[in-house]
Amino acid sequence: MNQFITFIKKEFYHVFRDGKTLLMLFGLPIVQIVLFGFALSNEIKNAKMMILDQAKDASSQQIIERFAASPYFQIEKTINHEAAIEPSFLKGNIKMALILPANLDQDLNHTGTAAVQLLLDASDPNAANTLNGYASSILNSFQQERMLNSKLPLQLTPQIRMLYNPELKGAPTFVPGVMALVLMLVCVLMTSISIVKEKELGTMEILLVSPVNPFLLIIAKAVPYLGLSLINLAIILTLSVTLLDMPIHGSLLLLIAESTLLIITALSLGLLISNVTNSQQAAMLIAILAMMIPTLLFTGFMFPIENMPLPLQWISNLIPAKWYYIIAKSIMIKGLGFAAIWKETLILLGMTVFLLFLSFKKFKTRLE
Amino acid sequence: MEAEKVIQTVDLSKHFGDFIACNAISFEVFKGEIFGFLGANGAGKTTAMKMLCGLSAPSSGKATIAGFDIYKQTEAIKKRIGYMSQKFSLYEDLSVLENIEFFGGIYGLSQQEIKQRGQQLIDQLGLADVAKNMVGSLPLGWKQKLAFSVASLHDPEIIFLDEPTGGVDPVTRRQFWDLIYAASVRGITVFVTTHYMDEAEYCHRVSIMVDGEIKALDTPENLKKQFQVDSMEDVFFELARGAQRLGD
Repeated sequence: MNQFITFIKKEFYHVFRDGKTLLMLFGLPIVQIVLFGFALSNEIKNAKMMILDQAKDASSQQIIERFAASPYFQIEKTINHEAAIEPSFLKGNIKMALILPANLDQDLNHTGTAAVQLLLDASDPNAANTLNGYASSILNSFQQERMLNSKLPLQLTPQIRMLYNPELKGAPTFVPGVMALVLMLVCVLMTSISIVKEKELGTMEILLVSPVNPFLLIIAKAVPYLGLSLINLAIILTLSVTLLDMPIHGSLLLLIAESTLLIITALSLGLLISNVTNSQQAAMLIAILAMMIPTLLFTGFMFPIENMPLPLQWISNLIPAKWYYIIAKSIMIKGLGFAAIWKETLILLGMTVFLLFLSFKKFKTRLE
Repeated sequence: MEAEKVIQTVDLSKHFGDFIACNAISFEVFKGEIFGFLGANGAGKTTAMKMLCGLSAPSSGKATIAGFDIYKQTEAIKKRIGYMSQKFSLYEDLSVLENIEFFGGIYGLSQQEIKQRGQQLIDQLGLADVAKNMVGSLPLGWKQKLAFSVASLHDPEIIFLDEPTGGVDPVTRRQFWDLIYAASVRGITVFVTTHYMDEAEYCHRVSIMVDGEIKALDTPENLKKQFQVDSMEDVFFELARGAQRLGD
């Protein structure tokens, strides 16, 4: 036990005296969560639009007011001629144009129907789709309100409810993914360097000649990073909640426990990389190529896994972050308990045990 | 009274594929002896030493260290040996005291022992003023002396030194050898590889390896007589001249 404490103490000295490591350990997650959290949002705000108001009556005025009040749109100009629309699209000045027909008020009052035109710049189809959604919902709400006040028979319009994320906010879907990515990146990178560093410096030889139990050596390497990663987790969670408006509907304790499991998985992977490589560069390269890129691709928060070809879907099952992403989403957004995520938890646990077993197996007690 | 044999090897060999790094070496080292293990670069010294320390598994042959078998009783051996490698191998980002605490700790010394022996060591080396400084900031000669003292902190029966004085100035080398003598007087056996032939003269007995085999083993005096030369340097030249392997 004394040996173990001696070891852990030494590892902490290493970490705290290496400014670069510390910066990477705490700076990286903060930068990433802020950067990814804001940059990876598919939310569109203040999209510029034009309105051609041919009606100029009460109804058209109401619709225009609604668009003006929406945070998603910014009315660039209200125009009188259709001819002004296309040049603005071509110049990229606007993303959407709304054309309100003449006699809008009359049509609505007498026939109950009116055709409004939405023109969207579909050269960016995703943005066009999103804007279409926003605009339709504004028009729908206008229509509903009108119906309440009219004596005409009630007309059923399809209603779409966005479950769990009604405002289609960007943060809820991305944050758990970014959390998975950041935890994986930091933990794998840090630990993968730690053992290999001793090999490079030659101190590993001294440790191997000493009576230190190799099992102890590996665990002692991981313990400080586990502690630091938990602090990191606290920072990430705080930033997500305060800065990115990320809700935590489920149990915070459960979320922390599951995150700890992912951290241990990542540490085990880092140790394994460290044990099979001989230089810090190689370890880092493997950590980034073999871990970060697949994590980005296969976790599911950037590219939906359901749309991938089957073989890629199988591969995605090997990525620990994918399972954590499902778990974190379930807890944070849906507010589910352990009963809903025990399968994913078991898979992560299995991966951790397997990786740890492999790193012990690969740890060479004799240098050849 | 026959001296106690602390290292004994019989036909110890190490192959790397077709390459025979160490070819059936047999020798004995006695308690308290300073045993010089000489050879040109690539002669197989480091390989032999790594086998004796348990860092490398022998391909064939037998050996015992402090009476323990190097195949089966490596754990018992590890507690009884100290090792200082060619590379400087204390932690540069730890202070002198912290290094002492760490290495004392992993060899299972009690807090009290670490404190007492650490203090003794620091006084002996005159490092009191820099005890709290990072090891990385010390001059190379001090580091090497410190590394030796740390390797002998747990009172091992045998200390293995792999070219401990490489790149160190003559005065510090002399001081380093004073430490080795002091250890030898305390009954610690010192097994040392070196390229400096003046250091070979300081050893009680030396062996000279050429192409993976031990070509000569005796006291420096006897070797000089045998080869009818005046210095160990000439003995070395006589033997190494016939080497097939180029230095690395």
